[in-house]
Amino acid sequence: MFHRESGYYKTTYAADMELFPLPITKAAIVVICVLFFGLFPALMTDYYISVINLCAIAVVGALGLNILVGYTGQISVGHAAFMSVGAYTAANLATRWDLPFWITLPAGGFMAMGVGLIVGLPSLRVKGLYLAIATLAAQFIIEWVINHTPAISGGVQASIEVPRPSLAGWDMDTQTEMYYFLMFFTALAVIGTLNLARSRIGRAFIAIRDQDIAAEIIGINVYRYKLLAFGLSSFYAGVAGVMYTYYLGIANYEMFQLPISIDYLAMIIIGGLGSVLGTIFGAVFITLLPVVVRVFMETVGVYFVEGVYLAQVIAQMRLILFGGLIILFLVVEPEGLNKLWQNIRNYFRVWPFSH
Amino acid sequence: MDGDFQFLFELVTNGILTGLMYSLVAVGFVLIYKSTDAINFAQGEFCMIAAIVVAGLLQLYDLPLIVALAGGLAFMLIFNWGLERVVLRPMIGRPIVAIIMATIGLALMFRGLGPLVFGAETQPINLPIPDDPVIWGPFFLIPIDMLGAGISLAFLAAFGWFFMKSRKGVAMRAVADSHQVSMAMGINVERYFALAWMLAGVVALLGGVVWGNAIGVDTQLAQLGLKVFPVVILGGLDSIIGVIVGGIIVGVVEALAAGYLDPIVGGGTKDFTPYVLMIIVLMIRPYGIFGKPIIERI
Repeated sequence: MFHRESGYYKTTYAADMELFPLPITKAAIVVICVLFFGLFPALMTDYYISVINLCAIAVVGALGLNILVGYTGQISVGHAAFMSVGAYTAANLATRWDLPFWITLPAGGFMAMGVGLIVGLPSLRVKGLYLAIATLAAQFIIEWVINHTPAISGGVQASIEVPRPSLAGWDMDTQTEMYYFLMFFTALAVIGTLNLARSRIGRAFIAIRDQDIAAEIIGINVYRYKLLAFGLSSFYAGVAGVMYTYYLGIANYEMFQLPISIDYLAMIIIGGLGSVLGTIFGAVFITLLPVVVRVFMETVGVYFVEGVYLAQVIAQMRLILFGGLIILFLVVEPEGLNKLWQNIRNYFRVWPFSH
Repeated sequence: MDGDFQFLFELVTNGILTGLMYSLVAVGFVLIYKSTDAINFAQGEFCMIAAIVVAGLLQLYDLPLIVALAGGLAFMLIFNWGLERVVLRPMIGRPIVAIIMATIGLALMFRGLGPLVFGAETQPINLPIPDDPVIWGPFFLIPIDMLGAGISLAFLAAFGWFFMKSRKGVAMRAVADSHQVSMAMGINVERYFALAWMLAGVVALLGGVVWGNAIGVDTQLAQLGLKVFPVVILGGLDSIIGVIVGGIIVGVVEALAAGYLDPIVGGGTKDFTPYVLMIIVLMIRPYGIFGKPIIERI
């Protein structure tokens, strides 16, 4: 991921697909682990850790969407709705039956998976635009059903308070403790996706993305794999929803509305479709964007905007920047931040020579 | 007349009129899809930005209505021409998710830019028509809805003629069918793309002004864009008649849901019943009532 190779030496496909192409990769992973699990939480203040926590949650959700959109080539505009399914499942299990997180978290994931499989059914008949609109419909319908079923949401526009996750009597209630909790599942999700992409399933997904009729002709069961992609993607979304709920301590349908689905689409577009590293870049980038805009406006913007309008202008600036960045990346660098990173790496691969 | 029946009758007539006003917004979407094969998730935002410009000219500069409308028209033509050049043209031939995301990006930018430039307050657009409802036999009609429905029908008829009979319309259909073949036949494909987006801008101006008069101009107007999808899916993505029929179905279903379902389940059904209907249509007849089936080749 971060190592520098001296040239191209791969002679087999197996070598090309290895997770650890060089011994130094393992060292790099160890360094990353020490940084993220040892140094960062020890050195940073609660504020920075809370920002990283949000990034970690976004990475899990974005990885799920990238499995569906980036690897399989299907479209979903209803990702946030699946997150809400996971979140409410976990919230209800945790408050009604006092179940621990290691039951509610997979339960939320599987519940979202079930709903995702149902929503994925239209993908068997329609694709492209039609699928986008079908998933948009799913977003509205799921949101409405959750909001208007008191048994799930506790009443119209109510929110459920969720207890902090606890493991063997240890309550995780500070930001640092939540950091370990979230980071563990984020790491699992990253490893899972990396391995999925190089397995038989991942290759089938990519074949369907590149040309689904051709994929069917060479013997891939397109319907099964499309549904599988929907299921897996929703599972990730559900888990991200559960993580978010535990992180915030409440489940509320307003955290999972259409703009959030669009945020996730933006993450994988800006990060790079069909790339795990790109997903991480994109998720971090989109999560940091509002933070940076707010800090910038509060330090520089105050000289141009009157105080009363500041909050409003920040919201508008965020929309403009956000939309502008999506368009900029689509027009200028369609393969996203991941491609920029690859360019830098390729430059240094043969540095100091030009090629 | 029986009271229950009277209620139903009112819901249906108003639903039809509102539905035709939805058609006016949806026709911009169909226009672009028909001629450039692109999917415009920002049609509601086009309406919003057009209405914001007209309302801004009316309120801030005290211009007469006709001048403000002309200003809005000029703005939308130049604006959409530029958009096509800068944003949409690089998207030609790219995967569908790229085009969808580009228009979503546009939509987000408009939602930020409009209020930033013209202020976030709700602005009125006052057309010189009365507010009082017209009672005509059993009908109980609101003038702005009638005007909207009338404009909508007139425009849809004009577009129907344009696509079926006029030389430019036929060329546009050819471009939509295959970019390469129409290029080989000597059609200037890029010029027709620009034309399609500019026409969509004109439609958005009409839709924005009519809806702006009905519900006031602010970012809420952009929610109209979400009503477009059930309309076009029901009717068929590439059919002008489909837009009218789809609009009427959505309008009536919404009105009936608001009238009969809302009291039972506690509100909000208006927003999602069209989508439920749409899902059913998607499962049974994916290309809509009037659309043509897509045949795929490798």
